[in-house]
Amino acid sequence: MTVRSVWEEKPTAAGQTGKTFTIVIVLAIILVPLYSIVLTSLSTQESVNIAGGLVVVPNGITWEAYRQIFGNQLIVHSLLVSFGITIVGTAISMVVSVLCAYGLSRSGSFGHRTILMLLIVTMFFSGGIIPSFLLVAALGGYGNYWSLILPGAVSVFNILVLRAFFSGTAQELIDAAKIDGAGDWRTLWAVVLPTSRAVLAVITLFYAVGYWNSFFNALLYMPDNGMWPLQMVIYTYTLQGNAMPGSGITTTGQYLGHQQIAPLSLQMAVVTLTLIPILLVYPFVQRHFTRGMLLGAIKG
Amino acid sequence: MTVHESAPAKPALIAVEEAGREALPAGRSRRGLSRWGKVKRDRSLLLMTLPAVLLLVVFSYVPMFGTVTAFQAYDIFNGFAGSPWVGFSQFQRLFTDPIFWHALQNTLVLSGVQLVLYFPIPIALALLLNSIMSSKVRSLVQGIVYLPHFFSWVLVVTIFQSVLGGAGPLNSYLREHGMATWDIMTNPETFKYLVTAQAIWKEAGWGIIVFLAALAAIDQNLYEAAAADGAGRWRRLWHITLPGMRGVIVLLLVLRLGNALTVGFEQMLVQRDAVGRDASEVLDTFTYYYGVVGNNFSYGAAAGLFKGVLSLVLILAANKVAHMFGEDGLYRR
Repeated sequence: MTVRSVWEEKPTAAGQTGKTFTIVIVLAIILVPLYSIVLTSLSTQESVNIAGGLVVVPNGITWEAYRQIFGNQLIVHSLLVSFGITIVGTAISMVVSVLCAYGLSRSGSFGHRTILMLLIVTMFFSGGIIPSFLLVAALGGYGNYWSLILPGAVSVFNILVLRAFFSGTAQELIDAAKIDGAGDWRTLWAVVLPTSRAVLAVITLFYAVGYWNSFFNALLYMPDNGMWPLQMVIYTYTLQGNAMPGSGITTTGQYLGHQQIAPLSLQMAVVTLTLIPILLVYPFVQRHFTRGMLLGAIKG
Repeated sequence: MTVHESAPAKPALIAVEEAGREALPAGRSRRGLSRWGKVKRDRSLLLMTLPAVLLLVVFSYVPMFGTVTAFQAYDIFNGFAGSPWVGFSQFQRLFTDPIFWHALQNTLVLSGVQLVLYFPIPIALALLLNSIMSSKVRSLVQGIVYLPHFFSWVLVVTIFQSVLGGAGPLNSYLREHGMATWDIMTNPETFKYLVTAQAIWKEAGWGIIVFLAALAAIDQNLYEAAAADGAGRWRRLWHITLPGMRGVIVLLLVLRLGNALTVGFEQMLVQRDAVGRDASEVLDTFTYYYGVVGNNFSYGAAAGLFKGVLSLVLILAANKVAHMFGEDGLYRR
């Protein structure tokens, strides 16, 4: 609780009310749709019919939609693909970025400014979609999972944020490690990384969310819906409204299985599935954002 | 097109410049070593940068040189080496293609609308949040407004579709009460406002982070001194707070102008079927649909190269203007 300074005016009642009102509206615009989506995924056909769309007032809860999507091979497989890409991709990105950031963080080391320039140039100019596509295709990435990971594995921005943090590690700590006979690898592992947990958490989240959300690479390189990640499944079957094979879900709302469930509930259940991992990890990392971004952003 | 475009701001570049300018490196002495000696001394550091450098060389630099295919008539069976060179004829075709000019116009209009309607919102939100006294409430509100930044475009558009679309609660309500329905999700006329509203919903909350940082860096004594001199809260806002945020505001404007040719590629892509090509065609989608989908790689590459070069010019020019106004911009002089 920050205390109001003595010189500050007492807040006016109108000002306070207006402020509170604005904040409540802003939060509602973000939270109500999310709440409504989750609720719809848990609603019976009847309550979806009554609501005529997204359910806002709870009226009978059923897990049937989740039972059905977990019985759907396409969705279960896409979930596995998304998790696989996210875990493997994040691991690769983190190792590569942390090493590179530390390698560039010791001022006066040989060639670090040249390498830095090499990195930064890619932020200003890119070859565009076509040459990247032709290259990945030529390397055999078409229909191969690595094409969803490697082309975007390095984010120069993330490396710069990490580097800014590592440069800020107290030189005395590093010198002490050197005197104790630690080489660069050991210094990074035993001194720098343990003191950089906040930024590591933030950057890990950035990478993981990037992979979890990636959609365009799958559109480019994955011709077969058996290899699609979850975002492609949502795009094709929820947004474009195509009928989902093997699920009995059709756009006209007919269901061929044993219990009636609104197609909207099924779609919202898939949407909820993509939200859950983000919502689960988010609270643990959120408190680091300002610190993590601050140092990276405003250090100069 | 990389996966991680979510970076909110790139001012880290300034930090880079700073670090590079340290007069006397504390860690490594520069004296008394030959070039080869330095390489030997720093070999593990160099080795550490190698994986990232390799990935960037393969997936960023090789495609940069791959843009030469814009001067070819690329044929998928013959590859770069076997395809015939055609000079500037792809560009000639591009510049006489009305669909290309339409895509460019859409891109600039969307950028302009977003600049006017989107840009002030994170600043206002940051001021609002900064004035919340209770730090518990503040961090809770922060946590919630940052959240949509972490949703994909597919998800955000799905959410908008579910709420505002024909079957959503809004239109159901309108229909039930005998009012005309609102076809915002499919109306090409209002698409630019829809796109901006989506961008605001997704990114405005996250956008406040840099402004909050700038606000935190303002010397609190200035406020007290101003108050003692009789300045009320609005005068303090005008004479202390806003000038304190000026550097960051200019920096983000420079970035926004430099990225004027990039407007939510995935956002356009996933809504193309709903609003039609006319409203949603931007430079990136033009490149994708003509190049990849239409198997016209050299033509698409020409459009991509046009965009890449123009973007580079824009960002350098925007930075120049920032320097003229005495601000740092993206990098220093």
